[in-house]
Amino acid sequence: MKYAFFPGCVSRGGCPELYPATKLICERLGIELQEMPAASCTGAGVLQEKNELLGDTLNARTFAMAEALDLPILTICSTCQGVMSQANHRLKNPEYLAKINDFLAEEGLEYKGGANPKHLLWVLIEDIGMEKLLTLITRPLAGLRMAPFYGCYIVRPTDALEFEDHPERQNALEQIIETIGATVVDFEGKTRCCGFPILTINERNSMAMVGKHTSEAKDLGADAMITPCPLCHLNLDSFQPKAAAQAGRPIGMPILHMPQAIGLAMGLSPHDMGLRRHIVNTTPLEVALGIPAR
Amino acid sequence: MDVTIKVKRFDPEAADPQPFWQDFTVEIDDKGTVLDALIKIREDNDGALSLRCSCRSSICGSCAVRINGHAGLACKTQAATAIKDGVITVEPAGNMPVIKDLVVNFDGFWDKVMEIDPYLKPEGEEPEAEYIASNEAMLHLSNVTACIMCGSCVSDCTVMEVDPTFLGPAALAKAYRFTADPRDGDENGVSTSRLEELTKPSGMWDCTRCMECVAACPKGVAPMDRIMAMRDQAIDAGFHNTNGARHTEAFSDSVEHSGWLDELRLVPKSVGMMNVSALMGYAPIAIQALTHGKMPPIIHHKIDKAENVKKIFDKVETPKKRR
Repeated sequence: MKYAFFPGCVSRGGCPELYPATKLICERLGIELQEMPAASCTGAGVLQEKNELLGDTLNARTFAMAEALDLPILTICSTCQGVMSQANHRLKNPEYLAKINDFLAEEGLEYKGGANPKHLLWVLIEDIGMEKLLTLITRPLAGLRMAPFYGCYIVRPTDALEFEDHPERQNALEQIIETIGATVVDFEGKTRCCGFPILTINERNSMAMVGKHTSEAKDLGADAMITPCPLCHLNLDSFQPKAAAQAGRPIGMPILHMPQAIGLAMGLSPHDMGLRRHIVNTTPLEVALGIPAR
Repeated sequence: MDVTIKVKRFDPEAADPQPFWQDFTVEIDDKGTVLDALIKIREDNDGALSLRCSCRSSICGSCAVRINGHAGLACKTQAATAIKDGVITVEPAGNMPVIKDLVVNFDGFWDKVMEIDPYLKPEGEEPEAEYIASNEAMLHLSNVTACIMCGSCVSDCTVMEVDPTFLGPAALAKAYRFTADPRDGDENGVSTSRLEELTKPSGMWDCTRCMECVAACPKGVAPMDRIMAMRDQAIDAGFHNTNGARHTEAFSDSVEHSGWLDELRLVPKSVGMMNVSALMGYAPIAIQALTHGKMPPIIHHKIDKAENVKKIFDKVETPKKRR
């Protein structure tokens, strides 16, 4: 299967471990990724609050590029997924679409309305299937307790994300966790906000959110949290020590990008999965999996 | 139809007042609502079950509770669609102190609504007769004015959960109802003093854009969307000197000129390049990122054809927006 690849900014910026980990597991899954080097940032909801039309035009531009390649879009960022889904939802209005296509005409692009951007999480559930994934699991994460952390953009608003047509999207992460052999730790914070959008605006509140979710998962006995969102990862991993200091308790909750957890279960090494780049030490996980110490 | 409702109970007059869960199975009409089931419980099983309700038609806003963990009106939620694994869990609304069972204290809620001065404050010269507003200028406010003050958005707000001082989605949506009203503020309808107040800490910039309030609102008010629109109004009115406004502008600049996000420069630009103490606060994080190979690229390359992204900015942004 071939997709137009939309990695987003963060997998090439603050979370550089995500991009190569994704490439490696996609290779094993038989997913071919075609880069779109001229695709822009989705706006991440920030541009949209300033000017929705501008944000939608940039996303329509990316959709038109994928249409020209005749490929569906695959992303690895929940925020990109949410923003693209919301844009695509609005672009179903033919008048609005025509207005936006006027802006794209100068570059020789036209969006016909057929793009269907999908997060790798949804691609795995809907296009690849858990049976196929299971055949590639050589080191099941048996005995590991994993708490799913969806964040916001891949669960709300449900109409733009087409949950009614795709009810399987509601528990997609849990399905992945079970398929790779780990045990799901269900917890209240799984669809709450990680606090990243207000990191530079109200750091105290942002850290309180990180502390709350990671502590909750810890107290429920989770060995790790797993997320499809690199922005959530940035806050939950990179800022966890700061959040723990604010909360006045040790936390030490390893946060895995979804492709990393899958890669480990496929037998790929912690080094290849970029775990060395994490701020919260992942060694306890590796030891539990019987991987020789660093 | 038999439904099992798992209700979170609380009795402040109990010897050891602790919340506890209690299951009730009652028979209601196939098309009955969660409220029908709660009333049936009160009538048939336990007359002491406390809940608020009145109109049963999602107009009065009394019966907001958390159903299966998410806020909504009990009278607007069909019981048959809410059953999960054989039960429907019902809890009091969140982010407000529980008085008894499903009844919460709305004092804080109303205090915040009052804090935004929920009435028109025209600043220009008084007209000879009444203030006139055109249909077009008011129509877009119909969703906001549909708010029934039920507290669903406040219940599920992720910021209020960690910071009770946040004004919150209901009060901020109400504020927008005035900042977007052409009769409020100066002769051009710009509510400068109101916007200045709302850009302060605990105001519009503290929203984390999680969309919980949009999902919870039973009336389509979409509070978060109003907060986002208000941020744009505030920047337009000249309130650039906040981390939030700087963040939005730095983000936009980065995409406009390179096509994607320059994460390395976004943080200092957001907190202010001259804000040495705040910048020093990020130093340990920066060093940690560097030692773990997590530093965003020092040299920020443009995407291919970045000039076309710039052209779109030039075309789509109106002259007013070209700041």
